[in-house]
Amino acid sequence: MARKFRVEIAFEQCKGCARCVGACPQGVLVMGHHLNRMSFPAVELSGNKCVGCGLCFYTCPEPGALTIFEEVEDAK
Amino acid sequence: MSTEKIIHGRSAGFFPEFSRRPGNNHTNMHYCPGCGHGILHKLIAEAIEDLEIKDRTVLISPVGCSVFAYYYFDCFGISVPHGRAPAVGTGLVRSNPDDIVISYQGDGDLGAIGFNEFIQTANRGENMAVFFVNNAIYGMTGGQMAPTTLPGQKTVTCPLGRSVTNEGYPLKVSEMVSALDSPVYVERVALSSGKNILRARAAVRKALNNVIEKKGFSMVEFLSGCPVNLKMNASQVNEFIDERMCKYFPLGVFKDIADTRDSIKRSSGVYAPEAVRKVLYPQYSSSSVSRDFQNPSPFFAKERRLKVAGFGGQGVLSFGHMLATMGKLRNFNVSYLPVYGPEMRGGTASCSVVVSRKKIASPVVDRDCNLLVVLNDESLEKFLPELKPTGVLIFDSSNVHVSRLRRTQIAYCVNASDLARELGDLRYANSILMGALAKLMDDFFLQETDKADFERVVEEAIRECFADKSEVIRKNINAFYLGKQAASRWNAPSDGQ
Repeated sequence: MARKFRVEIAFEQCKGCARCVGACPQGVLVMGHHLNRMSFPAVELSGNKCVGCGLCFYTCPEPGALTIFEEVEDAK
Repeated sequence: MSTEKIIHGRSAGFFPEFSRRPGNNHTNMHYCPGCGHGILHKLIAEAIEDLEIKDRTVLISPVGCSVFAYYYFDCFGISVPHGRAPAVGTGLVRSNPDDIVISYQGDGDLGAIGFNEFIQTANRGENMAVFFVNNAIYGMTGGQMAPTTLPGQKTVTCPLGRSVTNEGYPLKVSEMVSALDSPVYVERVALSSGKNILRARAAVRKALNNVIEKKGFSMVEFLSGCPVNLKMNASQVNEFIDERMCKYFPLGVFKDIADTRDSIKRSSGVYAPEAVRKVLYPQYSSSSVSRDFQNPSPFFAKERRLKVAGFGGQGVLSFGHMLATMGKLRNFNVSYLPVYGPEMRGGTASCSVVVSRKKIASPVVDRDCNLLVVLNDESLEKFLPELKPTGVLIFDSSNVHVSRLRRTQIAYCVNASDLARELGDLRYANSILMGALAKLMDDFFLQETDKADFERVVEEAIRECFADKSEVIRKNINAFYLGKQAASRWNAPSDGQ
């Protein structure tokens, strides 16, 4: 079964530098238009093609703005 | 049923909440959007967490934007003066060889002001990791030219672009360090594209592993972007790094000889706090009174501010030191502030002493002086205006010529220099003047019980100030009693006020 991944964006922690947008090989992240509390336009998700490579996480300069999850089957 | 697990998330090498950071925002770092520091901070925090070295890592933050690294990293941290991170790190690794010392430096910090500290530390092969963030510009101060600014690059201090004829070529730090024999690992990486950042991640881990295995000095140079001062957005910064910086600063491993080196074994430092205390705060048992003794005379109830001034070499500073010691021996708070320097020989040297039962707010005596002791005419001219209207003047009548005083001021004099010359050494003049002070105190300020005590405390202070020199002590005590006999009150000439 194919592994499933998901990126979570902390809207209030994103500074909108767009580094992750350029880094994502799947084009999952796009620049958003809504300003957060710091008045930065946070990135938004587009589609669910995340492959869990982690490039967006490593290029993001903020410690907790992006989190990448993997779906795991519970052991029966 | 399925659940989710985090595969990439906030590192435990960071504090869960940045509560040290002032303001309301305790989740974000203070860096500008797209800053390379944030990326490198994440790589380091992740490595600290994965290598399980949180409890023995000391991250030295430099001066620059990353000066506040201690807001974020959940490990030990020191902020040091500009450029001195490797020097402080040397002290840390020498005294605690098991510490993982990370010196995090920028191009101004490492390449300009602290280059000597850095290169000497590299040459000694201290067991630490230096992470050098090279962004080709001074970030914190607003985009001035750095030693690593590229030829032709415009900054606010080279608006026409860096000219190699005027400012020379950028400093290639990695190349220079790798030419030395001691460093074990030197690599240059870039914090630009995802691929380069993953290489940087491996380099961070490798450098820290070398430190854990005590292989010696490792340095990683990170080509980083400063979007704000380069006036670019994130993708332009990546382009700038990859196409312009990498051309001048080629990426790659310059040196990796960690495998061929044995672990460093240095004799660890001796930590003997008792010995240090003995040198810094010598304890003499010369005080003859208990710790809660207080002189009963009301004169001592208030803060007394004293000043001694004269030629350098006349014993001005020793006189002040003696006064301070006397206060100390009788359980006062004292401060002693010598002023010398270019005035050491010839000009006027002076020192301020404050004696008080309460805490002393300032050791500086520049007005409202209670007692002024002058040993030459120049000092009299300079410092007499600082004497309080009710103050007391003591002077050496063989050198100083007082013409007038306020009526409320009292002056005592003794021909100290002449007497000292008779005793065989001009340096006894200060003890003779101390005699004059004792006479004055006897006549005006001291109660009966304190009079004998004053003589006793002078003897104790002389013993303490000239410890281990019995001949000098004896002669100074003699000079003191001689001065006390010879001193007399000075009266204004009859034609004066």
